[in-house]
Amino acid sequence: MNADQDCGLTGSAGSAGSACPAGKRAHLPEAAQGPRRALVGALLVWPMRSWAVRALALGGLMSSAASGFATTASATAGSTKPGSTTATRADSPAASYNEAILRFTGGTRPRSGKVKLDVAVLIDNGNTVPVSVSVDHPMTDDDHVEAIAIFSERNPQHEVLRVDLSPDNGRAGVASRIRLATSQKLMAVARLSDGSCWSHEMEVIVTLAACIEGEP
Amino acid sequence: MRIRTLIDVPPKARAGEVITIRATISHPMETGYRRDSDGILLARDIIRTFSCQFGDKAFFRSDLFPALSANPYLAFHYRARVSGELTFIWSGDRGFEHRERVALIVE
Repeated sequence: MNADQDCGLTGSAGSAGSACPAGKRAHLPEAAQGPRRALVGALLVWPMRSWAVRALALGGLMSSAASGFATTASATAGSTKPGSTTATRADSPAASYNEAILRFTGGTRPRSGKVKLDVAVLIDNGNTVPVSVSVDHPMTDDDHVEAIAIFSERNPQHEVLRVDLSPDNGRAGVASRIRLATSQKLMAVARLSDGSCWSHEMEVIVTLAACIEGEP
Repeated sequence: MRIRTLIDVPPKARAGEVITIRATISHPMETGYRRDSDGILLARDIIRTFSCQFGDKAFFRSDLFPALSANPYLAFHYRARVSGELTFIWSGDRGFEHRERVALIVE
């Protein structure tokens, strides 16, 4: 069933798909050449330093919240209503991976199952990573998948994509292309109309990271 | 700059068939986490929401975050019942808003 659901989504939308990665790739080697090399080097260190700080902060936060999920749950439970206005979601990023997931689920930890996150385990270019999520669940008026979200463990912002579905979709699934800053875990979570949440987590290895090129 | 979109809807669908719709739009999706050559943070410029509606009824809504690649691409499903018009709406930072309309033919 899952394989069947995937097949329609995994393809790319024609030539527009290749436009971005080609542009970015062409830029990278150029930036590493010439007299600007030292400057570019220094710039590369910048984001990495802030990343290190971020990672430390995240580590501290996780260990202080001993049972991560349980503690953050109470803090975030009522903060974001499902289906509330969408305009500001990108403006209030969650402080941690777990918090981002709990905001979406409404405070409960998602169970694993039903959801299939499809992404390559080994990724050459973190700037455009094809992902697809499918949920093995009917889409009827009484019983359907309400929303699907993708979370990243170690991107600067843990939310990646969130979609709200309706029974009119006929089948629960979404595909897109995302950026990954480094090797990390990814989680796809689905929230059903009965309130239960299901997930699939994957660990991916990224060779060329997004976000750390020095210049646009 | 002219906004380009690429929308893929099957030319014809049978009533009750679940079709796959794919939509891409040209947009830099500047994350707000990158710095320019002077070390100054580049302001975020992303598409924040995308929705697709059949007639007046939105059946697919999404929130995009900076982790979406440039020229954001989304593929999703729709159960075609009757012929009509699909409207695709993107909106984002700096007052960005773009709409496209595509006919859906059901036989």
